[in-house]
Amino acid sequence: MFTELLPLSLTAELFPNGITRYAVGGLFVGLGAVVIYMGTGIAAGASTFLESTLSYVSDQSRFQQYRSSRDWRIVFTLGIILGAAVYAVFWQGGAWTTDVQPWRLLLGGVFVGIGTRIGKGCTSGHGVCGVGSASKTSIVGVVTFLLVAIVTAQLVQLMGVSP
Amino acid sequence: MPLIFVGGLIFGFGLGFSHMARPEVVLDFLQFTDFGLLFVMFGAAIVTGIAFAIMPRVSDRAPLTGDVYGRRLKSFDRNVLIGGAIFGVGWGLSGICPGAAYASIGIGNFTILWALAGMFAGAYLQGRWRSQRAASETTPAGAD
Repeated sequence: MFTELLPLSLTAELFPNGITRYAVGGLFVGLGAVVIYMGTGIAAGASTFLESTLSYVSDQSRFQQYRSSRDWRIVFTLGIILGAAVYAVFWQGGAWTTDVQPWRLLLGGVFVGIGTRIGKGCTSGHGVCGVGSASKTSIVGVVTFLLVAIVTAQLVQLMGVSP
Repeated sequence: MPLIFVGGLIFGFGLGFSHMARPEVVLDFLQFTDFGLLFVMFGAAIVTGIAFAIMPRVSDRAPLTGDVYGRRLKSFDRNVLIGGAIFGVGWGLSGICPGAAYASIGIGNFTILWALAGMFAGAYLQGRWRSQRAASETTPAGAD
């Protein structure tokens, strides 16, 4: 689609690692969500796990409302971890570690944790299932977090923090 | 449950294969050096979109739960904007989101536990805050 409309050199510039890994990976991500949907009717998202799992250790009403889904959400998350491990063992050839600084991961994680729960979804709930549902709420959510994330990441880069 | 596990496996494999479990690759997108992420997100959304369009016509209810096939529709309010913006700050700073963080553990990136700890802390903070607010209000506002 996109690639055929552009000269080859520009394509290489926009996609220095090609598009196969992204397109194929994306199909698998979608397929995983579809398998769950076909069997259960559930449009799965990844971030509710954070709150539903907290219901095991906290009796705050906000977490307890996810009690009924907390068991399958753990199974889903374990599946995600193992699925990625299968990729790591057979394609990646061992473990890979990020160079992003722990303070960024921790602080960013706090913002992600607050934001995804207040904003009713994350990149999988809004981005994959919500956009797939043509939900206006999700599309607005995705546009919002994409724009803010782009500005944030560019600022981080401007301040000379890398990677 | 086994089906959810299999779905999770495929989902996680996709996140690994697409390199989304690597914060650097997400940051490359946000910093405009590699636009591949668009193919992952929209590729996945097209696949789910097809299923969301077809399944309700094929069958009324899901075989395992008896739930009606529907779409993922959530009501819009300003929380979507506020939460989305907060999420964006975190995502832009760290390059990691919840699903990709779980997958990142799977590819052996244990440094990501920092991000996971942060996410649980963030989710806990907002949950505590909203639980208390819901309790103090006589007419509880819609809790999502």
